[in-house]
Amino acid sequence: MVKLMTAIPDLNLVLPELILAVGAMALLMIGVYSGRSASGLVSGLAMALLVVAGFMLFSSNETGLAFHGAFVLDDFAKLMKLLVLAGSVLAIIMSVNFMKREQIDKFEFPVLVVLATLGMMLMVSANGLITLYLGLELQSLSLYVLAAINRDSVRSTEAGLKYFVLGALSSGMLLYGASLIYGFTGHTDFAGIAEAISGAGRSLGIIFGLVFLMAGLAFKISVVPFHMWTPDVYEGSPTPVTAFFSAAPKVAAMAMLVRVVIDAFEPATSDWQQILAFMAIASMVLGAFAAIGQTNIKRLMAYSSIGHMGFALVGLASGTQAGVNGVILYMLIYMVMTLGTFVCILSMRRKDGMVEEIKDLAGLAKSNPVMGLFLTILMFSLAGIPPLAGFFAKYFVFLAAIEAELYMLAVIGVLASVVGAFYYIRIIKIMWFDEGEDSFLPMSGELRMILGASGIFVAVFYLLAGPVFEITSGAAGSLF
Amino acid sequence: MFDMPLLTIVTFLPLVGALLILFVTMGDEDGEFELAKRNVRNVALFTTVITFLISLLIWIEFDNSVAGFQMEENVEWIGPFMSYHLGVDGISMLFVILTTFLMPFAILASWQSITKNVKQYMIAFLILETFMIGVFVALDIMVFYVFFEAGLIPMFIIIGVWGGKHRVYASFKFFLYTLLGSVLMLLAIMAMYWNAGTTDISVLLTHAFPPEMQKWLWLAFFASLAVKMPMWPVHTWLPDAHVEAPTAGSVILAGVLLKMGGYGFLRFSIPMFPLATADFTWLIFALSVIAIIYTSLVALMQEDMKKLIAYSSVAHMGFVTMGMFALNNFGIQGAIFQMLSHGLVSGALFLSVGVIYDRMHTREIAAYGGIVNRMPHYAVVFMVFTLANVGLPVTSGFVGEFLILLGTFQTNSLVAFLATSGVVLSAAYALWLYRRVIFGTLDKESLKSLLDLNSREKLILYPLVVAVIFFGVYPTPIFDVTQASVDALLTNYQAAISQAGN
Repeated sequence: MVKLMTAIPDLNLVLPELILAVGAMALLMIGVYSGRSASGLVSGLAMALLVVAGFMLFSSNETGLAFHGAFVLDDFAKLMKLLVLAGSVLAIIMSVNFMKREQIDKFEFPVLVVLATLGMMLMVSANGLITLYLGLELQSLSLYVLAAINRDSVRSTEAGLKYFVLGALSSGMLLYGASLIYGFTGHTDFAGIAEAISGAGRSLGIIFGLVFLMAGLAFKISVVPFHMWTPDVYEGSPTPVTAFFSAAPKVAAMAMLVRVVIDAFEPATSDWQQILAFMAIASMVLGAFAAIGQTNIKRLMAYSSIGHMGFALVGLASGTQAGVNGVILYMLIYMVMTLGTFVCILSMRRKDGMVEEIKDLAGLAKSNPVMGLFLTILMFSLAGIPPLAGFFAKYFVFLAAIEAELYMLAVIGVLASVVGAFYYIRIIKIMWFDEGEDSFLPMSGELRMILGASGIFVAVFYLLAGPVFEITSGAAGSLF
Repeated sequence: MFDMPLLTIVTFLPLVGALLILFVTMGDEDGEFELAKRNVRNVALFTTVITFLISLLIWIEFDNSVAGFQMEENVEWIGPFMSYHLGVDGISMLFVILTTFLMPFAILASWQSITKNVKQYMIAFLILETFMIGVFVALDIMVFYVFFEAGLIPMFIIIGVWGGKHRVYASFKFFLYTLLGSVLMLLAIMAMYWNAGTTDISVLLTHAFPPEMQKWLWLAFFASLAVKMPMWPVHTWLPDAHVEAPTAGSVILAGVLLKMGGYGFLRFSIPMFPLATADFTWLIFALSVIAIIYTSLVALMQEDMKKLIAYSSVAHMGFVTMGMFALNNFGIQGAIFQMLSHGLVSGALFLSVGVIYDRMHTREIAAYGGIVNRMPHYAVVFMVFTLANVGLPVTSGFVGEFLILLGTFQTNSLVAFLATSGVVLSAAYALWLYRRVIFGTLDKESLKSLLDLNSREKLILYPLVVAVIFFGVYPTPIFDVTQASVDALLTNYQAAISQAGN
């Protein structure tokens, strides 16, 4: 084995991915041969796989290109992959009890999560259009199935189907864009594309290709105008699946978008800046206004995620290193906040089953003070109120926008964040000011751990901000 | 002895108290529950009193002859974007004392009137105290912003949970209004960072921003500070918030939170954007005069006592902004004094209203009348505060108002003339309120069993009477503190203006 590794040095860089790929196959076999009862075992093994992959990634200090430049591992990729792995592990932990209770504890679930994670890691490391597409499809196909994993539920299957149809359309657009770009530049690797554009200038074909490529990518991070699937899929999917959707895939798709625009289209910055600025404004505004009327908390979180992706794009639209740093920080903090919130949503359970309406939270601050307090912290943080983590996330993306002199974008952005604050504090109002009926059933231990960790992270982020900032700016620096 | 980080201790001591309260178990609705409630109240009171006593050390340590910042603490934080830099000067120091001084009264005022969720209530107040002190001691503009904004969270909860009938509306309005103004200031702070390369206030004070940029920065700061102040026409959140907030919430809101706006003008707008300040003085004067006259007229017609006092606060804050932008020694000294005095007087007025509200559970002026017969002590106390609110000589209200008018007269006699008519109006609404509540015949059945001040209420109100009269007769300690810093502020301002003229 050691001999083989030295013979093919490229494999060193993809070792975590290899582990996941081989491991997922093995898990599939275990699942098939031990039948239904295997889901607990497979879940455990899947988590172990993800943790091992993360550990290998964390402990290796190798960086570089592999497979003739199709795959890149730099500090940026490492950090984003670690985030993705963390998101996936947490999603599996959050799912175990829920799936058992709802009797959808199929062993395929953890296997699909592992496969999706593998796809995401490829996306993060993609250094060319072909790797990008491979990773994206592996991730997307796994996610389509995950959305429909509760196959006896009409809403879940509808969510899966809707996601699949729209996702296929967006993949088509992305491929069309990729083919145009290849046609006009003669390259599929990012460095080659950048070289071709700066050499021969930006022809109309390349701009067309860029637009289609961005449309496909925008679908994956669900920003306006490619957001329509989000509320339905968030609402229809089983809650742990929604939690998974809202965290790791968003991080991976955002990382991929960052790499595409910074590495491949750096010479065409002024073109994609416009597209990103438009998508950012539209997402922030729509996310803020559309969430106001929601009654279902999962739908509300869908609109909230659209808005947050808009805020993250503000940083990317500035196109600077400070901006990319802002995006990384934003995704990190967003992931923590959103997972914590979904733990609370998973705990909205009464004797007669799960509830998902916002009004079911009434009186939570009294009936369950601890959960109420943590959810309050998370909501204020999502609204971007200092001194919580969400404020710092917004601060650094807007700081980059001001540096790049995108004043209009920044002003609209902060105004949208005020509108957005309205629906977050409405949830707080319901928890604190309103009188509730009966309390929820107590939270299980693992959910408490995750909620506690995320709440404390959000509440004391200002103490961690220095070191975290150092790590993210190192990662952002590796792209430039 | 004073090598310890005094400002950090004063800022975060309330937070320690909040943590202690967090670990008090409340038990069920029985004797144990009452005991726990009493513990919570005692811990909160003890914390605020200790904080006040320690904060007095700041005053003792303070060197009146130094114009710059003192007792500085500076620690690296987030790279170049933020540093933990604290310090006080003559402008900010007394606001710290005002905050710590008012807090024990706020806790005492909630002693009996707050019975549900006492634990959360006291925690919210103590957290709020930390944030308020932080605003005044921050010497890094981002630290300032974080504290400035963070105060919204506890205040939102305080109004929303323990407020009156329309508390939800009032708390949302308070939160969103203030947030809307503040985010624009945040963008200005970012622009300042890229221009000056630092967020350190002591460096920013010496940095000359380009004249064109100053205008935009000034307007962005104005958006936030005017809402906080509040200035006409963005004052409408204040009456709602005051009416719905519990008594202690109103005290802190009027006593401290409103001062943050005025403090912001003195700390940022005037010294950092002097050219824009000179350009926009007319705007401030116009809005101040409108506020003084219009809100005094509005106050005349109020039927709710708290609302009346809230409108009178807006009018008084109009005096403050007017005095500051007179940009001379009298005006600015007077404005600072007026803010401190208003902190005491309006706080005391809300406490006084709280006293009869606790008995009658109504704030309707029409529901009272003739209570001097039942509550003579109360009538005297309320009289002192009413006269201080009007600005009668010998009360602290007079000193500030007089200096402001004197200063403004030097700059713009028309504005001073119009504002003086506001003084007459303030006498009208305040004395009329007093007449309707305290005097007249005691013919309402419900009032005939009223009891006069109990010892807790005396403990709250008497020290405030003493303070109001003491600083009315002998304001020198205040001016000694502010003199050097205000002189420096004005010298720098004049230098910047004359430099731009050349």
